[in-house]
Amino acid sequence: MDAVLFLIFAFIAVVSAVSLVVQTHPISSALSLIGVMISLAVLYLLLGAEFLASAQMIVYAGAIMVLFIFVIMLLNAGAEPKQKSKAKLAKWIGIPLFAIFIALMSYIIQSMLPKTAGVQFGAFTGGAAQEVGRSLFTQYLLPFEVTSILILIALIGAIVLARKEI
Amino acid sequence: MPPLPESVPLSWYLLLSAVLFALGVAGFLFRKNIITVFMSIELMLNAVNLTFVAFSYKFAAVDGQIFSFFVMVVAAAEAAVGLGIILTVYKNKSTLQIDEINSMKN
Repeated sequence: MDAVLFLIFAFIAVVSAVSLVVQTHPISSALSLIGVMISLAVLYLLLGAEFLASAQMIVYAGAIMVLFIFVIMLLNAGAEPKQKSKAKLAKWIGIPLFAIFIALMSYIIQSMLPKTAGVQFGAFTGGAAQEVGRSLFTQYLLPFEVTSILILIALIGAIVLARKEI
Repeated sequence: MPPLPESVPLSWYLLLSAVLFALGVAGFLFRKNIITVFMSIELMLNAVNLTFVAFSYKFAAVDGQIFSFFVMVVAAAEAAVGLGIILTVYKNKSTLQIDEINSMKN
């Protein structure tokens, strides 16, 4: 059952990522990216990261992608113009090279990792909000506070950039 | 067709993450629309997050998930600033094609 779920959602993620790269209209790319994020959230659940899965759905697929789609709509971004003929050669060479790259990478990953038991749903339950929160507010308290300053700076930067007279 | 394994090995998760990252790099390099380039960066960040969570499972420690959480927060800040920059560029140049935004050239 784990393998079936992994294969289904990994397939959705890869197809959506390819669709993100090949679509010409930015709205289609944004919707494909939402597909990638939702399938990754399911994979996080399979790995036992419950809190992160919900944060992925709410923060990434919710807030950040709404911001993207808002900007695409605001700028009225249309489809890209067609590529020139130079891109055709790149396509014929690039796709086989990409396949070779993936095959090589899979061989390296397979040979680097020691053979252990597979990923079993429910084997690791340390990803609930309780454990994440305890770790976040004890061991990682300083990075957490620094993050708030980062967010404040980003907020000020976004306001400055959105002023009229730049 | 060989029968499906009962549970998938960890390397499949890492491989999926590598494939998503490579697709993000391809989109970053080949696309001309600045918003699509920005979305490719988000795809790469997501791929790295998957690796963090997979290793968090492997070592049965929550630290990888904390790193992934911080990546998510930084991505949110980056999206806010980046989209502000895109809005400003569009206001000044009236284009979203990155090969037409070349005022730093020469």
